[in-house]
This record gives sequence, structure tokens and C-alpha cells, in this order.
Amino acid sequence: MPIEQNRLENILKEKFPNSKIIIEDLAGDNDHYSVFIESSLFNDLSKIKQHQLVYKSLDGLMDNELHAMQLKTKGTN
Amino acid sequence: MELDTNTKDKIEKLIGENEVLLFMKGNPDFPMCGFSSVASTILKKCGVEFGHCNVLDDNDIREGIKAFSDWPTIPQLYVKKEFVGGCDIMKEMAESGELVELLNTRGIKTELS
Repeated sequence: MPIEQNRLENILKEKFPNSKIIIEDLAGDNDHYSVFIESSLFNDLSKIKQHQLVYKSLDGLMDNELHAMQLKTKGTN
Repeated sequence: MELDTNTKDKIEKLIGENEVLLFMKGNPDFPMCGFSSVASTILKKCGVEFGHCNVLDDNDIREGIKAFSDWPTIPQLYVKKEFVGGCDIMKEMAESGELVELLNTRGIKTELS
């Protein structure tokens, strides 16, 4: 079940304000995305915690509507 | 997502019995998903012996491991009962050398070390 890039972008922008967010639709099918987020919210968090924060922000979309997401996260410090 | 005691026990037994364990779709020779394929290739390249659990064979584990690790996707890597991460984290750690380092500090032999 695909999710439109706009919708994904809006959710992430809302949950990660003042952050650098780059989304790429890898296959052009609204179902395989590459997401990069650089945010101060990630500062001093382990990689696992950073990714968990992103998954939580998507609130159950992951693995349901969103099948495949390559995720890269980075703090600002 | 609920995790029943039975499934929790099963998962704990698996990660207790395998120092390095990859929860994946398919098996290392025939991965059934691109992400699982990348993850098992990374471990093969490290030259580390690892066990795997094909979540497609057991729907309880397939759903349960997500709650257990608080992680919504497969594959998932465990080293000495500790959750290391999914495919993207494994990729980053393999590129930076952290993965071999982590395995070695946990006393696990790799060909790359």
C-alpha cells in the first residue's frame, strides 16, 4: 500500500521541525523511499534511537503503508 | 503491538543460543527480500559465523520481533542478545568498520579483523 511522497514529507516535516529532510522516491512507485534527516533532535542519541524516533513519528505507517524506506539520520552536533 | 509470553520466550531462546543472529526473510543463501539480502551479505563479508531465523516460517516471530526490539522492520541483527540494528544501520556500521569492531569487542571472531 503506497504512500504519497507529499504526505510522507509533511509528516516528517511536522515531527522534525527545523531539520534537513531529503526524500527520494527510489522506484517511482510511492513505495520505496530513501529518507535522509539531519536534526538536532538526534543529538546525543544512538543510531538505533534515532531510527526509532523516525519510525515512531510515522506512527505505524512503516511496514504497513510504507513498505521500504532506506533511512539515514544524523544529529547536528 | 502485543507480545505474548510464548513468543517472547521463543525469541529469547533464539538470541540466547546464537551469538550472532539475523532475523530475516528467507535464508542467507536464498534471501526473500532485498534488505535481508543486503544484511546477510554484510555478515558474510565480515566473515563471521551467524545464525539466522527466517521470519517467513513463523508468523508469531515475524510480528513479535517487531515489538520485542521496538523496531518495525526486518531484518534485525542481534549480537550477544543485544539489538544492533536493521539493514541501514548495519550498512553504515559495515562501511565505517564499526560492525567488525563491535563483533570483536564482544569476543566474536571475524575474518576481517
